[in-house]
Amino acid sequence: MNATFSALAEPNRLQIVELLRHRPLPVGQIAERLRMRQPQVSKHLRVLSQAGLVQVRPLAQQRIYGLRTEPLRELDGWLERYRRLWDERFEQLDDVLRDLERNKGKTDGHGK
Amino acid sequence: MKVTVISDTEILITREFDAPRDLVFKAMTDPTLMPRWWGPRRYKTVVDTMDVRPGGKWRMRNIAADGGEHAFRGEYREVDPPERVVWTFEYEPLAGHVSIETMTLTERDGRTLLTVRDAFASKEDRDGMLQSGMESGARETYERLDELLAELKGTAA
Repeated sequence: MNATFSALAEPNRLQIVELLRHRPLPVGQIAERLRMRQPQVSKHLRVLSQAGLVQVRPLAQQRIYGLRTEPLRELDGWLERYRRLWDERFEQLDDVLRDLERNKGKTDGHGK
Repeated sequence: MKVTVISDTEILITREFDAPRDLVFKAMTDPTLMPRWWGPRRYKTVVDTMDVRPGGKWRMRNIAADGGEHAFRGEYREVDPPERVVWTFEYEPLAGHVSIETMTLTERDGRTLLTVRDAFASKEDRDGMLQSGMESGARETYERLDELLAELKGTAA
């Protein structure tokens, strides 16, 4: 999962991942669509591939790059649990604040 | 609530509350109020120590219905009422893996925006943060990727 974070922290690589979500593409087309130079795209694809985010499939004379979703799901799973933890806290905090507002003026200091 | 991945080791959470800042600050620093919201619902949360001042220690436990418990502890680094609290966070079974949570409150029209910046010392610490008995929700779907990418993108901007 660490590799996923690092790989996606670069904006161009994130763009590549977004592009590949629609369908697998060869390097040339990725470069064209994102208006990047091909060597630059190849370099980013290497990092993404090392992070397990893309996989290469040969097709005729071309090498087609496609997305692997496993690392993203793993990262997403972590974020989801993290989000749920804070969500639950905040919902409960809403209730506490409502009580405090209601009791404001009545008593100050420590609650029951 | 908005969650943004700032870097490999930092996460930013923002959330607005329909209450003035002094009340939110109170709820976050009063040992009688903290257990009512800080722990997950299915646990009973107990405050063992909460010495709210720079250098002061805190310790809380989440106790499950079957008696199993998870203990957390740390130290207050900054306490600046009613706008800022910085504390360290440690899950006891993973002692030594410390994260620093910075909570900042800003008030606007009687409402309060809370910002929590969670900084982990390392990526391993970040990964370990959620190992405190929270069940892994393995129900992720491909669609949720949109949201994830949006979060990651928020950082790149």
